[in-house]
Amino acid sequence: MEEDNKNKHIHLTRRSFFSTMGMGAATVVASNNLAAWASEENKVMDPTEPTKITLKINGQTHRILVEPRWSLLFVLREHLGLSAAKTGCERGECGACTVLIDNVPRYACMTLAVEAQGTEIVTLEGLMKGEELGHVQQAFLEQDAFQCGYCTPGQIMAADGLLRSNPKPTDGEIRKGMSGNLCRCGAYHNIFQAVNRAVELKGGG
Amino acid sequence: MKQDEKGVYYAKDIFVTETPEPGKDPKPWGKTAVIGKSQSRIDAYERVSGTAVYPSDLSLPNMLYGAILRCPHPHAIIKKVDTSRANKMPGVLAIISAATSEADIYWSYSKDVKTKLFDPHCRFEGETIAAVAAQTPYQASDALRSIQVDYQILPYIVDEQNALESGATKVHEGGNLVKPEETYFRGDIEKGFAQADVVLEESYRTECQVHTPMEPHGCVAYWDGDLLVIHESTQGVYSVQSNVAQTLGLPLSKVRVIGHYMGGGFGSKLVAGKYTVITALLAKRTGRPVKLFLTREETYLCTGNRPPANMTLKAGVKKDGTLTALDFSVTGTGGAYPAGGTALVDWLIKDLYTCPNVSTKATDVYINTGPARPFRAPGHPQGAWALEQMMDALAEAVGIDPVQLRLKNIPSYSQAREGNPPYTTTGLKDCLEQGAQAFRWNERKKEIEGFNSSKHLRRGVGMASCLWIAGGGGPPSTIILKLFSDGSVNLNMGASDIGTGTKTVMAMVVAEELNVRTEMIQIEHADTGTTQYATPSGGSKTVPTETPAVRSAAINIKQQLLQMAADDLKTQVSTLHFNGDEIVAKNDNSIKIKISEISGLKKRGVVVGIGYRGPNPEGKVVNPFAAQFCEVEVNTKTGEVRIIDFLGANDSGRVMDRLTYDNQVYGGITMGIGFAMTEVRILDSNDTGKMLNRNWHDYKLPTALDMPPHMESLPIDLPDTEANITGAKGLGEPVTIPTAAAIANAVYHATGVRIRKTPLNPTQLSMIFSEHLKEK
Ligand code: FES
Ligand code: FES
Repeated sequence: MEEDNKNKHIHLTRRSFFSTMGMGAATVVASNNLAAWASEENKVMDPTEPTKITLKINGQTHRILVEPRWSLLFVLREHLGLSAAKTGCERGECGACTVLIDNVPRYACMTLAVEAQGTEIVTLEGLMKGEELGHVQQAFLEQDAFQCGYCTPGQIMAADGLLRSNPKPTDGEIRKGMSGNLCRCGAYHNIFQAVNRAVELKGGG
Repeated sequence: MKQDEKGVYYAKDIFVTETPEPGKDPKPWGKTAVIGKSQSRIDAYERVSGTAVYPSDLSLPNMLYGAILRCPHPHAIIKKVDTSRANKMPGVLAIISAATSEADIYWSYSKDVKTKLFDPHCRFEGETIAAVAAQTPYQASDALRSIQVDYQILPYIVDEQNALESGATKVHEGGNLVKPEETYFRGDIEKGFAQADVVLEESYRTECQVHTPMEPHGCVAYWDGDLLVIHESTQGVYSVQSNVAQTLGLPLSKVRVIGHYMGGGFGSKLVAGKYTVITALLAKRTGRPVKLFLTREETYLCTGNRPPANMTLKAGVKKDGTLTALDFSVTGTGGAYPAGGTALVDWLIKDLYTCPNVSTKATDVYINTGPARPFRAPGHPQGAWALEQMMDALAEAVGIDPVQLRLKNIPSYSQAREGNPPYTTTGLKDCLEQGAQAFRWNERKKEIEGFNSSKHLRRGVGMASCLWIAGGGGPPSTIILKLFSDGSVNLNMGASDIGTGTKTVMAMVVAEELNVRTEMIQIEHADTGTTQYATPSGGSKTVPTETPAVRSAAINIKQQLLQMAADDLKTQVSTLHFNGDEIVAKNDNSIKIKISEISGLKKRGVVVGIGYRGPNPEGKVVNPFAAQFCEVEVNTKTGEVRIIDFLGANDSGRVMDRLTYDNQVYGGITMGIGFAMTEVRILDSNDTGKMLNRNWHDYKLPTALDMPPHMESLPIDLPDTEANITGAKGLGEPVTIPTAAAIANAVYHATGVRIRKTPLNPTQLSMIFSEHLKEK
């Protein structure tokens, strides 16, 4: 089931996926993780009742107290100091908040922190090898694949996620894979080149 | 009326200190080692590693979160605000509104129009009513929802095309005309039309475009004693400082604004917002840092836009392509307060092509929407939409190629400015000729005719050109460079890097002049507490404004080092020259000293060089020019337009960093594609007067899937040695001006149907195409 779902994400463009899923609560309720988790506990959570959860982020385990209504994005940025994932819309429209959840690019603003328990979360910080840039980051640097840089962490995570599932994407697949991430500065041209460059770097590294 | 580019973004009549002294300008660079090459950004690592801290990333100890309650109606009077329930909610630490002491603060919507910060008369949807500071943003928004407001809902007007009709709701007591119609004349318009062989007249409209930078507007503010510190997402820390100081009655020295990184502005972050002041007030009340960033929805309502433009253009041309007359009018709106609703829309009509007889008229009206803010090349893409489609139509009517028609009408001086001052350089001819050649304009026009034989998928090519009224930059700017004893350099400037690569270009200038590697340069910037005065980064003027000051500062350092070296070597300065990391005698290589060995430098620890931006050449105009070419494929059944190829040819003077230069070109075209194809603010003028598409789902920006498969940037590398001592002109705005018109011209070439209104989306096009088929 989990596996099927993943494949579905990959085959749909991420933009169309989120459009068809609708907004806010609908997405949350439809998420398998939460459905499974809620039925285990067999209760409706009070949205403001502080709740202890465990998140696995960039290989590290964090035990924290959250309100069930808090988004993963809010927890990452404002509680764990992981501010690379950005806030652009907080409603699943822009991709600035993209992180990998079990290797799949997901909007952290549309994911509740409680819902992310039991998954492997990777943020931009997690792509670093110590102080060294990961391949996709290096490729973005070389190709000048950004201007203001605000969408960039999300773009890099989307690209990284794309290459995890499809290590040699075609131009069309790159466009589809990156279509869930807006860039108002319009750096797409260079972003496509960066994804291609990342393929090279990964091959070489 | 005199329109002057200096009024567009920065201050006039400021006394300017100059270095080097007037008349002692250094020679233009000859062969360059660094400038003009592709240099990846000096802050790229920070940006791709996630370590760059944007204002919205900032977290401070004890920080609270602010949120603003906004008027849900386009026009209403606030009768009562009841915050009693909200005040008691968990986590809520402060609420301010018209009922608290902050009510007496006034906000300047323009030089002449002030209203209360929480004005009970709300003239647009999104006007501020109250604000909350709470422990989490969730609690803050809960509290907003619990504030009870009694509204007296008033009739509204949100369609600028009806705003002057009798009986239209008045936005202000004096009526809906912002100011008397602005008119401009030269020559004799009637005589001009009489001389023409062909006269065409058309109406055009461009829709309202909203900036929506990726980082929302906002700041983190706190008080350190009586010093207010603001980390704002802004294009200009000094303008935010003066806005805030003025509004709160504080000395400038007591307002420190910092904006190292920022996530896009495009003109909407040139000044402070009410949100900035409100954040400061909440921080004051609570004695804690407050973070307040707008929601995406709010950014659609109250942080500006490119106003809609309703235009008519009548044009006369002789058979040989000589333009004889242009008669233009535009109606637009800056929203509910004076905000330049028609500013500069007529500029290209007046100034781009040689034409002796020109008349323009601009009518700016109030409607009940959020005030406009400058948007990347204010007025120009709108005017280009009309003028460049008209040029295309005139070319066809007289049987001349559109590129040739433009080449025939290139002026060497500015016709619209008093005294007709010449341009320092105009590369428009090169943009057109070299652009056409690189695009294979003539060949592709022919090839396409073959492709198009009787299919519903039709291809076409189109082009358009432009100038940008500003882009020459100018004073004031001050730069301080510190050369340390190991030869590394600290560069201190007030300007923001809004994503154009400002910091990188400045480092390249230092590297070029002082022979230091860019890795050895550290930049301090955009902080009113520690860096020099700078005008906001906008108007495509940052590179031409700041680079000459940086070069001056570097030369200043060189002069000091030469003097110190001369002292050490017991010789005259005039016998020495700079050679990499040494100073060497001109006629004897063996007499030399390493820079790090100069005793004066060792003693002092640093050498400080100061550079000021001198004035632009007297009696001349510095403008960038551009031409764009594109190919499209139109599906006449569905109304879909696929953009296949784009080429941007730009004369922006000397190319500084080729990498960021090309990036700007692609980005400008991308934004122009949005303006042409998808972006439109939809207002419910019938029932509620509210904006219906205040999010990125319904207001569509170009995505990865909308990009042309091929894009090309063709720099016309033409150093403008008269303009300033680096030879650079601005780039960020001309790159987006002609895009929409070029696409419309290509659609016409493909289909024979002229689309006079944006957006060129399938909804509009399929309707127009089916009408067109019926007519046939
Ligand atoms: S912030 Fe999550 S999609 Fe925009
Ligand atoms: S780089 Fe500015 S939004 Fe993408």
